[in-house]
Amino acid sequence: MREDGGRPLSKVVVHLAATLRQHAGGEASVELDVAAEPVTVRAVLDALDRTHPSVGRRLRDEAGAVRRHVNVFVGQDNQRDLDGVDTVVPDGAEVSVMPAVSGG
Amino acid sequence: MSEPGAIEVSAGDVVVLVGTSKGLFALTADAGRTTWTTTGPWFRGEEIYAAALDTRNGRTRLLVGATSGHWGPSVYRSDDLGATWVEPEPDTLRFPEETGAAVDRVWQLKPAPDSANQPDVVYAGVEPAALFRSEDGGVTFSLDRGLWDHEHRPQWQPGGGGLCLHTIIPDPAGGPRMAVAISAAGFYRTLDGRTWEAANSGIKAPFLPEPTPEFGQCVHKVDFHPSQPDTLFLQHHWGVYRSDDYGGTWTEIGADDLPSTFGFPIVADPNRPETAYVLPLEGDFFRCTPDGRLRVYRTADGGKTFEALGNGLPQDNAYLTVLRDAFAADALDPAGLYLGTRTGDVFGSPDAGESWQELARHLPPVLCVKTAVVR
Repeated sequence: MREDGGRPLSKVVVHLAATLRQHAGGEASVELDVAAEPVTVRAVLDALDRTHPSVGRRLRDEAGAVRRHVNVFVGQDNQRDLDGVDTVVPDGAEVSVMPAVSGG
Repeated sequence: MSEPGAIEVSAGDVVVLVGTSKGLFALTADAGRTTWTTTGPWFRGEEIYAAALDTRNGRTRLLVGATSGHWGPSVYRSDDLGATWVEPEPDTLRFPEETGAAVDRVWQLKPAPDSANQPDVVYAGVEPAALFRSEDGGVTFSLDRGLWDHEHRPQWQPGGGGLCLHTIIPDPAGGPRMAVAISAAGFYRTLDGRTWEAANSGIKAPFLPEPTPEFGQCVHKVDFHPSQPDTLFLQHHWGVYRSDDYGGTWTEIGADDLPSTFGFPIVADPNRPETAYVLPLEGDFFRCTPDGRLRVYRTADGGKTFEALGNGLPQDNAYLTVLRDAFAADALDPAGLYLGTRTGDVFGSPDAGESWQELARHLPPVLCVKTAVVR
């Protein structure tokens, strides 16, 4: 962790589902600088909005809600099963965003 | 999977955009409208409820409202007939933060009909029910706060398709007057471009305790002829209606001639102001074509009488559903008519419904059909 204007700055790796990669220059994962303490899922998604808005809009609507058929994992755990977007992302943990198994 | 590339057309050709539950297709033909070519799908796997080909102001711009079941809605545009697409980044069709609302689905993208004075105005209707306006050809949009802040809005109830603003009727002369229809809130109009009022007088709502409430009607579609902008044709959940005072009062039509007054779309003929077309379904609890026959019904006298048109349409065991935006006319004379079914068939008529042919089959369920003539 380093400092950025007085705020702690953490590196967080976010793994992207295959269908999202076209909106991230083809990258399977992106490394984000997240300025928050503690680092939460919300802060990670906010950082993703700034660096990759075409990915960010697909994960949350404009009111900030994670889309119903989007799953965000912290390590192996779905944030919905923890504290939602307030779930803390521990130092060194990785985040994965996946489409839910749903649809018709 | 290869992308379909650009629609190949020449000036004067007809383009029929077919939005489905799994992507966008385009059917094209010359003005004779007998031999058709299918291109697509673009936006594989996404629901296409809204599409338009904007040929105003020297542009040839495709606008598409696509919704991914996972990743949400987007408005895409293409200025090269589908060879490449642009998605605004960040999203430009979105609610202001203070509303706390979010766009679930784009139901309508409507270039303003007054191409001389409003060549860059595009309207969008979305779910939850709201109207947006673009001043730059559909690149950026702003919310119509007058309608959003309407005192009725907290009481609007969603229909089966959601609380959607599905019909937009801009003034063909470019004035401030315009109207919208919302399921299940009803018909709303503004005369000054700022203040909106419910205008459902005479439309029966048997699903509500009050038989003719001020609002709450489940208006399915409204259309009109530009030469008679005060005269509107309306397909309601129960009944087909006509207004001659821009929605001030409504009179039921077709009850004697139509096999059912339930249906979704209604289309005004682009050439004959007293001609309109409906597509009756059996009823609220069996939303299929009556008697297993797909027939369009046409009035040529403003709603006094209707005649069935089925020449070339399936007439045996054809239990089909046509949604509110899946029936459209082109701008030629005689009008071409096009309808798409929830079972993936597209039928077209080059002669205002006198004869029909199958233009495409085995597509995904059809959600919308939109037409344009290439300039």
